[in-house]
Order: sequence, then C-alpha cells, then structure tokens
Amino acid sequence: MPGPSALIDMQEVTKVYQMGETKVLALDGVSLSIEEGEYVAIVGTSGSGKSTLMNIVGLLDRPTDGVYQIRGHSAGDLTGRQLADLRNREIGFVFQQFNLLARAPAWRQVELPLFYAGIARSASRQRALESLAQVGLADRADHKPEELSGGQQQRVAIARALVNRPGLLLADEPTGALDTRTGEEVMTLFEKLHAEGLTLIIITHDQEVADRARRAITMRDGAIISDSRGAAATAAPGGTNGLREPALAPLPRPAVMEQIEEKVYETG
Amino acid sequence: MKLVRYFPVAFDSIAANKMRASLTMLGIIIGVAAVLTILGIGRGASESILGEVASQGTTRLTISPVTETEGEGAGSPVQTLTMGDVKALADPAFHPDVVEVVPQYAGNLQLVAGSNNSQVRVTGTTAAYADVLRLEMAEGRFLTEDEVTQMSNVIVIGTTVASDLFERTQVVGESVRIDGEPYTVVGVLEESGNAGFGSNDESGFIPIGAAHGRVFNVPRYRGEYVVTSISADALSEERVEAAELQIEQTLRLRHGLNAEDDNDFSVSTQASLLETIDTVTGTLTLLLSSSAAISLVVGGIGIMNIMLVSVTERTKEIGLRKALGAHTSDVLLQFLIESLVLTLLGGLIGIAISYGAALLVSRIPNFSFDLLIGFDALIMAVGVSAGCGLVFGLYPAMRATQLDPIEALRYE
Repeated sequence: MPGPSALIDMQEVTKVYQMGETKVLALDGVSLSIEEGEYVAIVGTSGSGKSTLMNIVGLLDRPTDGVYQIRGHSAGDLTGRQLADLRNREIGFVFQQFNLLARAPAWRQVELPLFYAGIARSASRQRALESLAQVGLADRADHKPEELSGGQQQRVAIARALVNRPGLLLADEPTGALDTRTGEEVMTLFEKLHAEGLTLIIITHDQEVADRARRAITMRDGAIISDSRGAAATAAPGGTNGLREPALAPLPRPAVMEQIEEKVYETG
Repeated sequence: MKLVRYFPVAFDSIAANKMRASLTMLGIIIGVAAVLTILGIGRGASESILGEVASQGTTRLTISPVTETEGEGAGSPVQTLTMGDVKALADPAFHPDVVEVVPQYAGNLQLVAGSNNSQVRVTGTTAAYADVLRLEMAEGRFLTEDEVTQMSNVIVIGTTVASDLFERTQVVGESVRIDGEPYTVVGVLEESGNAGFGSNDESGFIPIGAAHGRVFNVPRYRGEYVVTSISADALSEERVEAAELQIEQTLRLRHGLNAEDDNDFSVSTQASLLETIDTVTGTLTLLLSSSAAISLVVGGIGIMNIMLVSVTERTKEIGLRKALGAHTSDVLLQFLIESLVLTLLGGLIGIAISYGAALLVSRIPNFSFDLLIGFDALIMAVGVSAGCGLVFGLYPAMRATQLDPIEALRYE
C-alpha cells in the first residue's frame, strides 16, 4: 500500500465501455500511485487507454471495477455534485484544443472555475487577473480567443486551470495543437509551475515531451507496460532520486478542500 | 444557490450571439405586441361605443314588437303595438316613472328635390322625440307640437340627406317632395360625426299623423294605427327598472295577454344595450387575442428550437463547464435563465412596440377611438413571455444537463 501522502492511488482499476453489442476493455487492471509534487508523463499510442486513464484520474469518469482514490477520497463513493466540486477545486484541466469559450475575453475564461466555486464576481476578476499574470498574459486580459495566438490561448487555458489553486494539473496533449517553439514555451511554463510545487500529469503520445518528465508511464492495450519510477525504485531503493527534492514539500492545502472533506465524510 | 448569479452569464451568452438572440426574440416580440395591441383595440373600441351610447341618455327605454314566429308573416314584427298603447302609456297615474312617451313609425321613402332624389329612412314621430333621443340641431328646429297635431307637411332631415338633395346643409325653408306632395324643411340635424352607431345623418322626421294618414299605408290594430316602436324616458337612471315594469304591465293588460303568454313586445333599456355591447366586444376581443396568443406559442416554440440548436452547438462548452466543476443544476439553470432572459427581453420589446402603436393611434386625427392597454394586460404579457421562456427552455436545458462531459469535450 502506498503512503498516506499519495495524491492518487489506483488499485486494479478496470474500465469497460459498451459499444453497441461489443464490450471494449479500455483499462485492464491498472494499479498506480502518484505522490504530491510529482511530474508524470503518461505515454501511449491512441487506443492504449491513456485518455480513459486521464478521464478517471480527472473524475470525469468512474471505474467499472477497482478502487480509485484521490487525496484519500474514493471516487466510487462520491455523488455527482461531490465529484464536480473536487474537479473544480482540486484538479486543473488543460486540453489539446484549449477549449476556450468563443467570444469571451481572457479574464472571463479564467474566471469560470471561480464562478462554479461560488466566488462573487467582484472578487473573481482580481483572482483571474492574478492567474493570467502567472502565465505571463497580464496584458492580454481583455483579448478574446480569436485575438490570441495558439500558444497564448493555451496559456489562458493554463491560467484557467490554475485559478482555483488546485493540487493537480492534468494536461491532455497540451502541445499537440502547437508548433515546436510555442510548445516549448508551454512546457517551460509547466516546468516552472512544477518547480513551484504543483503536481503535474501530462498525457502525450510525444516521446520528447515524455522524456522531459521525472516519471514516464507507458501504456498499451489498457495496461501499464513500463513505469520509470518503478525502474528508479529498483535501481535506487529508498524511492527518492534527489531531483524531485524541492517539489516534494507538501502543498498548502486550500481551505475549501477541508470543507469538501467534511462534506464527504458527512455523506460517506 | 443564488439565481441572480446566472443572469450575467445569460447576458454574456446573448451578447455573444446578438443576431441569433434577436431572431429568437422576434417570435415573442410579435406575439406580445399583437396580443397587447389587439386587447388595446378591443378595449378602446368598446369604451368608445359605450361612451357614445351613454351620451344618448341612460334613462331611455325602447319598446318594440316581437317578431312573428309562425304563420305567413314569420320573421316580421307582430302588428299589435299601436297609438292606443302610446296614449295609455302617457298616463302618469299608472306610469309615475315614465316622463315622455314618443311613438315612431318608420319606413324607407324616396325624397325628391328638383332633379335630385334620395332614399331616406323617414320616421313619423312627435315633438318630444328630439328630447328623448338627445338630438342636436344644426339648422332650424325640430317638429313642434302644433305641427304634429295639425299633421303639417314639414320635415326635419339629416346632413347627408340635405347635401344629397341640395348639395348644401343650410336648407331651412326649402321644399322636398314625398310622393309628389311638398314638405317644408324646418330643421337640419347636427352631423353625428361617425357613420356608425346611432347616426341620424341619413334620416328624415315628419309628424306621426302625416306618416300614419298620408305617407305610409299603415295597418290598424283594434282601430288604432300601428307603430314600429315607442321610445320613453324614465324619471331617472334609478327608476329605469320601475318604468320598465309599469310599461310591461300596461301593455300586457292592453294586449290581453294571459299569465302564461309571452310578451308580444320587448322593452329594451340603454343599460341592457350597454351590457350587450360589452358582451359582444368582449367576445370579439377574446377571439382576436386568442389568435394572437397562438403567435405567442409559435414564438415560444421558436425559442425552444433555437435553444435546442444552441445546446447542440455548445456541447463542447457544456462539457468544459462540467469539467471545470459545474453541477448539473448549474448547467440547467444557465440554459433556463438564458431562455427566460430572451423571452423577457422579447416581451419588453413587444410591450414597447404596442405602446408605440397606441401613441401613434392617439395622434391620428378623427380616429374614432384610442388604443387602451391596461395594467392587467401588461402583467399578462410579461407573465406569458416569462412562462414561455421557462416552459420552452426546460427541455433544451434538460438535454444540456444529460450530456456526458467526456463525450461533450471530445465533440467537434
């Protein structure tokens, strides 16, 4: 069993999709543990199950079988509302296609998670601007998506993912729609955020992106076929490899998280 | 859960799609404007007619024969109302609440003056007719009691008759011919100002005796000339009903009706006429506004249609919102409030348009009535449009909540 500090803990997670008559086994007994402050790449070709894994990690989907825990909450025991609240406060999503709202200025995009966190509009604008400054777009707050470059749009999306100060950033092919140079910019930004203590999971089919991560998990046919932490652990017993040292400092947990936990325990 | 929070979201979304939003609202705008304008026309016309009727005196009673229901003359009035009845009703001892009793015998006649002629509704009556019917004179005077008792060859005509026969209206002293017999014009009536209800512009009035004895071939009943109607005035508005009963009693007695027999005459009062008009205009307004209401429903369905399209179009947005932590209720309320805002805005614009129409109508000179839009109609318009928004927005909003966030995010 992993330590209590594990951010993500999966035990024998299986996901079966019903496609008409046939059943598709998307995840086949995946066990995985990710600690606070890790920088993980999940690599695999399309159809390897990495997107399904991400949906389950991101609480967008529930496992068919097995146990998935995030910060000690078992996803299977949570209601739809509790899952939504956890997504809102605990996970920042970054998508390949940015998924920005059409015709809304950047600060409105970034503000969105704060709206669902129930924060008043007067306060949320300030928070959104701070978040935009964090990704270097302080001077683009009033620009609409069509007035921004692809790299800038992705940075707006990252600012949106960060605005609720989540512990975990989940990025699905974040550089997939960008050219090499802007992709590099985005990766540098991710690494800066990781250095500041954010847990980062990047789903990619790009081996170059995967190579930059501290830990690479390779998937095929719904199963993990290699995990570089597992490899590192066998190479150097004790677990740490020194490089991750600054990132391992536990994050200050947002106050809202405590409230969610209370709610969860009440209903659970 | 503060609902107010969703309104800025709805406004943002509407502002982002101004064209689509205004086309969506068009149905509601037209519906609300149509309903309010038609209700306004109905109410305005009704007030105008009622005002006109009331201006002719609310104390008046009109006695007319009922129509024959069987036999050869079915459909024509029974010939039992006579000058004898008029004399009897004029007796104040039995009819303390009846102050004036005026007989009328009316028929269509050809009036000739020089080379002009005109088909005119000529009524034989008495001098009191002008008072009871509140007639105003433009020229000369009405028939005098002397002229009536002496059955003089005199006539009072309306303005249209005057201009038809003489091409002018100052025609007192001129002569017109009825069946070759000359009649002197002693007065011209004031123009009624409208071609509608209660106009005397195309009428002529002669002494009742002349009508009975010379002009018309009037039948007799029990030795007395028949009349086509009798007008009477009650002492006051409060005594109208009492006067009606007194008249009814006398006429039943005189016509020898048994207790089980129906009246062979009818007494109608201005009050009952007002009531009838009110009912008729009410029914017409209801009829018209229900057809206008159909356009409201069509507008509502338009909203539902656009909202459904909008849900499909914004599948990805909905998926994103869910990924970012939106509850099912957040998505539901977002779409519901969006359609509510659309219909309410449409409703308000519709109200503005109907008020504009009312203002326009009131500026048209000689238009016979104003558009009257009541507060109750406004409340109804706002309520109906908001109701449309909620009812027709509900299904698309529920569709939106049922989207699977993963599928929605993947949607292209």
